[in-house]
Amino acid sequence: MNRFLIPFGLFVVVVGFLAVGLTLNPRELPSPLVGKAAPEFSLPQLHDQGKTISSNDLKGKVWLLNFWASWCGGCKDEHPVLIHLAQSGVVPIYGMDYKDQRNEALAWLKEWGNPYSVVAVDEPGRVGINYGVYGVPETYVIDKAGVIRYKQIGPLREDILEKKILPLVRELQNQ
Amino acid sequence: MRWLWVLMLLLPSLATAYEAQPLAANPQAEARLKALAVELRCLVCQNQTLADSNAPLAEDLRREVREMIAKDMTDKEIIDFLVSRYGDFVLYRPPWKLTTTLLWVGPFLLLGVGATGLVFALRRRQKKVTDVILSEAEHSRVMKLLSERANRP
Repeated sequence: MNRFLIPFGLFVVVVGFLAVGLTLNPRELPSPLVGKAAPEFSLPQLHDQGKTISSNDLKGKVWLLNFWASWCGGCKDEHPVLIHLAQSGVVPIYGMDYKDQRNEALAWLKEWGNPYSVVAVDEPGRVGINYGVYGVPETYVIDKAGVIRYKQIGPLREDILEKKILPLVRELQNQ
Repeated sequence: MRWLWVLMLLLPSLATAYEAQPLAANPQAEARLKALAVELRCLVCQNQTLADSNAPLAEDLRREVREMIAKDMTDKEIIDFLVSRYGDFVLYRPPWKLTTTLLWVGPFLLLGVGATGLVFALRRRQKKVTDVILSEAEHSRVMKLLSERANRP
């Protein structure tokens, strides 16, 4: 009896570890930037090249920063969620057009709709690096003081929005 | 007609080939970039180093590192820059921290457990092997059998 108990126990432990490991997503890395000041940027706007958009302009309100690109498949997936959120008017979404072609980005927004208050253009991807972006789409929740409070890696879904982002946004707006 | 031939023969000389461009004008800086890039992980293709990867992000990060080298930043400053943005995961050698203790100690812990198990198993086996004392009759029988075997052609 004892002879089988030890290997069986080991087996159960290994299966336990593997089961947990399978549910983890290795692409989701904890960001060291959560709780730190959002890196500053000042970039040309997508729709009006002459104007710039700066992170300093957004101090004093809670806002979402969404990194996207017209070449990105996941951005297409989360797009209806963003449109829905923009229509609700709860929180402004600022777009960061990441390593993209201006005309393609404009055509993409024209075709699928524009959920963004303003879209900034990060063609060389430098602002992306400052924010620790390693794959679009990524979304940041930034509070009134300009501190990153949450980072969503990968496409937004309705359930993430309902469970995590919207409660957090409301809490931050009341601060 | 002959002038045409001459012209055709001379034509290839117009084609000029260039040597592959060095990645940076300064070979010393490039050596530093290479040394750093093998220690850093590409975050897109996670099992490749920054040196191996062709992902656009890896290219951008190499550009960033190159610029920091040009600014005469130390290796530590460059690594801190990346860790502050991407976390410890960007390092191929994770630092000693509370969260990484298991990572560093785990293999030795498992080795220790295995070795103790082996020692115990060997000891138990040793106990099972006991010297059997032969009786007088058994001894003579063994000697007889051995001598029979020895006398066989």
